[in-house]
Amino acid sequence: MRDAADLWLLLLACGAATYLWRGLGVLLSGRLNPHSAMFEWVSCVAYALVAGLIARIIVAPSGLLAQTALVDRLFACAVAFIAYRIARRNMFVGLVCGVAFFVGAAYVRSLFL
Amino acid sequence: MNPQSGRAFRTGAHEALGVPAAVLGAGFLGYGSLAADAGYSVWLTLAATLAIWALPGQLVLLEMQAGEAAIAATVLAVSLSAARFFPMTLTLLPLMRGGGRGRRLWQFLLAAQLVSMTTWAVAMRRFSDMDIESRWHYFLGFSAVCVGSAAVFALVGQLLIGALPPLARFGLALLTPLYFFVTLVGEAQTRSSITALVCGAATALALHAVAPAWSLLGAGFIGGTAAWLLQRNHARRG
Repeated sequence: MRDAADLWLLLLACGAATYLWRGLGVLLSGRLNPHSAMFEWVSCVAYALVAGLIARIIVAPSGLLAQTALVDRLFACAVAFIAYRIARRNMFVGLVCGVAFFVGAAYVRSLFL
Repeated sequence: MNPQSGRAFRTGAHEALGVPAAVLGAGFLGYGSLAADAGYSVWLTLAATLAIWALPGQLVLLEMQAGEAAIAATVLAVSLSAARFFPMTLTLLPLMRGGGRGRRLWQFLLAAQLVSMTTWAVAMRRFSDMDIESRWHYFLGFSAVCVGSAAVFALVGQLLIGALPPLARFGLALLTPLYFFVTLVGEAQTRSSITALVCGAATALALHAVAPAWSLLGAGFIGGTAAWLLQRNHARRG
């Protein structure tokens, strides 16, 4: 863990780096075509990065989740998604079912260890 | 604020108070718990929420800090995860510009910080049956509730993680990854988003084994470019 001052600086840098895109959008709006090939690429890169992030957190997490079983995490994702679809795209049903399954699985595991 | 503007602001705030604030809240509840787990203070969690105001970027920051990635790589990855704000503000801003009272550039620059996936999607849908003046106030009202809800839920998540029994903690920590998993997989409708999803996940996992500090940037650049090329080839042939 870095010390607190470094963390704050890093945070501000990340905020500024995120704002860059928002600010550019304001300054260049009306002058760029949002459907151009460049924006398709930008959107693919951002999408793939976030997909990579979630894949990494689920498959190889750090911190608290690292103490849980990979199979449980994968099944919790499947349960959440199936529940979400069955409930006609209701996010809450999906999340509640996924989390309940995950905690339940961790509980069952704790009984046998 | 004249009565009409006040009404538009309240309409926005009111519409945000239901499902949008609650769904966002669930994501930020989990975020607060992950931030606490990573050693963030309450202030740092709040500051990250307000300064970045993009849950994916905030998670990238947490992940890369945990992996002790280089500072430049971290900032670049956080920034890239938010690159979609560029086309988003690009399309949203013209809809709020003009009208009776011309707004100044700095007002738009400030409003841009409030844009998020949720506010953008709702604004693009709702703006069509509003005049320009109302759109501005509606956007501010909607955004204010979203930011407020996110901040409150992040704090609750941060405080809750220490108070819950161990097993429930696991559930709280998985909340945000689950939220994104369901959102990403549920929303992947177009061929390009599905390929970006698969390519990004595959690249991140492959790189994680050899160069964990670079796996997210690699996923973005390699996975994203691969998805983009596949999509273009397909479009040309089809």
